[in-house]
Amino acid sequence: MSMRTLPLLFLNLGGEMLYILDQRLRAQSIPGEKARKDEWTDVDRKRVMNDIISTMFNQKFLEELFKPQELYSKKALRTVYDRLAHASIMRLNQASMDKLYDLMTMAFKYQVLLCPRPRDILLVTFNHLDAIKDFIYESPGILNQVDETFRRLMETYNCLSDGEFQLIRQTLLIFFQDMHIRVSIFLKDKVQNSNGRFVLPISGPVPWGTEVPGLIRMFNHKGVEVKRTEFTTAGNYVTPQREGSFELYGDRVLKLGTNMYSVSRPVETHMAGSSKNLASHAKENIIPNPLAKEELNFLARLLGGLDTHRPSGETGFRLNLFTTDEEEEHAAQTRPEELSYKVINIEATQ
Amino acid sequence: SQAAWCELPARVLLVLTSQRGVQMYEADGSTLVFWHALDVPEHVGAYCMFARGIAAAGGRFICVGTSSGAVLVFDVPPKGTNVILSEVLEQHRDPITDIAAEQGQAPDGAGDLVTADDFGTLCLWKTGEEFTLLEKIPGSGYTCSSVTLWNGIVAAGYGNGQIQLWEAGTGQLCAQVSAHARWIYALDLAPLTGKLLSGAEDSFVHVWKLSRNPDTDDVEIQHCHAECVTDTQVCGARFCDPAGDTFAVTGYDLSEILCYGPA
Repeated sequence: MSMRTLPLLFLNLGGEMLYILDQRLRAQSIPGEKARKDEWTDVDRKRVMNDIISTMFNQKFLEELFKPQELYSKKALRTVYDRLAHASIMRLNQASMDKLYDLMTMAFKYQVLLCPRPRDILLVTFNHLDAIKDFIYESPGILNQVDETFRRLMETYNCLSDGEFQLIRQTLLIFFQDMHIRVSIFLKDKVQNSNGRFVLPISGPVPWGTEVPGLIRMFNHKGVEVKRTEFTTAGNYVTPQREGSFELYGDRVLKLGTNMYSVSRPVETHMAGSSKNLASHAKENIIPNPLAKEELNFLARLLGGLDTHRPSGETGFRLNLFTTDEEEEHAAQTRPEELSYKVINIEATQ
Repeated sequence: SQAAWCELPARVLLVLTSQRGVQMYEADGSTLVFWHALDVPEHVGAYCMFARGIAAAGGRFICVGTSSGAVLVFDVPPKGTNVILSEVLEQHRDPITDIAAEQGQAPDGAGDLVTADDFGTLCLWKTGEEFTLLEKIPGSGYTCSSVTLWNGIVAAGYGNGQIQLWEAGTGQLCAQVSAHARWIYALDLAPLTGKLLSGAEDSFVHVWKLSRNPDTDDVEIQHCHAECVTDTQVCGARFCDPAGDTFAVTGYDLSEILCYGPA
């Protein structure tokens, strides 16, 4: 498996997390003058986004991340995002954090699956980073951190071959295998089926570098084309117009990885019936993980680099990923056992 | 990781490849016959070392590809565990993706083994005590993910959805097919009829027919059949019989093996 997968996994999941948090914060925010002491304002929202983004792009943290290494378990990764989401005055209950993580992972799974070329995963990552830069364009310090990460990504990945990218993609797909949580925004857009599987279109532009299927050309011993035939299928493909840009700035062309949430579209996930293979999920929790010690070491190193600003004396503001507190409470109680993330608590102070 | 049955005249071995190396088992999986660990180079690159691409060749060899581009040739005795690494072929500079042995009759002068890599480079070999490189077809950057060899025709599937046919004896390109809209994962050949099966991430599985024009001896390919496995990225496709009347398909996130046959 590829040892260069973790930065892409982390940055893209982080990007999705920011899209969702931004949408929820906007949906729940109150105009500044009218806000009571315990309500969100626009200023609060920007502050939360700034805090999380600057934590995410912390130099030391990213250095650890970019070291060639294997992907660790979902549990280990989830712990990192728990810490990240709490990098500011915002607080999330377990149920909301679970839902947030479900949304993040299903969104990125979708993006990886639908990438036309393996190397387009990089364009998806750039789309996320472009949007992140939009969130913090008013803060030049953080903007610089993000640009630095952009450059590091380009340095690390632009030279990799298609085969290496396919290996990265396969590593990611194995990580996401058998996850079929239904997301309402995907179901409404007909991007996901009611059984949790994503819709794979057989029409549209072919990837850059691929020909529209249909043509057979045959050559003789001298290399001269002597015969040409065509075949047809149910697919309805067209030639792509242009290639996305892999530069610091540019039109990425690909829409995967851009923000699909807007304030008016609440996003729900459906737990019931989403995991058909109860047996296999239950197994995951019972069999002791031989990598457990390594994972904890990895987390300690990674989180040690996360410099979380927790202003003392200030009480946190709670963000709810559900529409009401009752809904959140209900979700916490009814979450299927096999889908619980069993968060690891780590004290990684220096 | 990969697994393949390697049929040699005297025995059948189950060969498994992984990051750790190569393992060979008796056909029923009961006994580990042989194990070869991969040498890990000092500097670790973008991936850990792995083995990929397995084929039985020349009646007594099992060939396994590696991520360094080297092809390991194991000499297998008719019985027992005295498997030895007889040669390391070092013609590829990119990770090996697939290896295939001649499944029909090689014409004079044509190789009986083909090896493919991430850059799309194909090498044609004559197997024996010492393997000889007969042809090297340079790639153009598109990964050759899967390859078959039949009656001197190399069929290669690429990451950009193309299938290309090459003359094993001369290294000449005979045909180019814009076959799939996504990465081709699997190619299989039915030696009795020359049917070719291709499966790709675009959800499609195609059946083709390879043949030689009786007058000109030019290689020809025609499309026979297409199947769309709705909402599934096909990862594996194999004929279930040597004539190619039935085939099986596997896909990502699919817990079933789908079998297709004549109506």
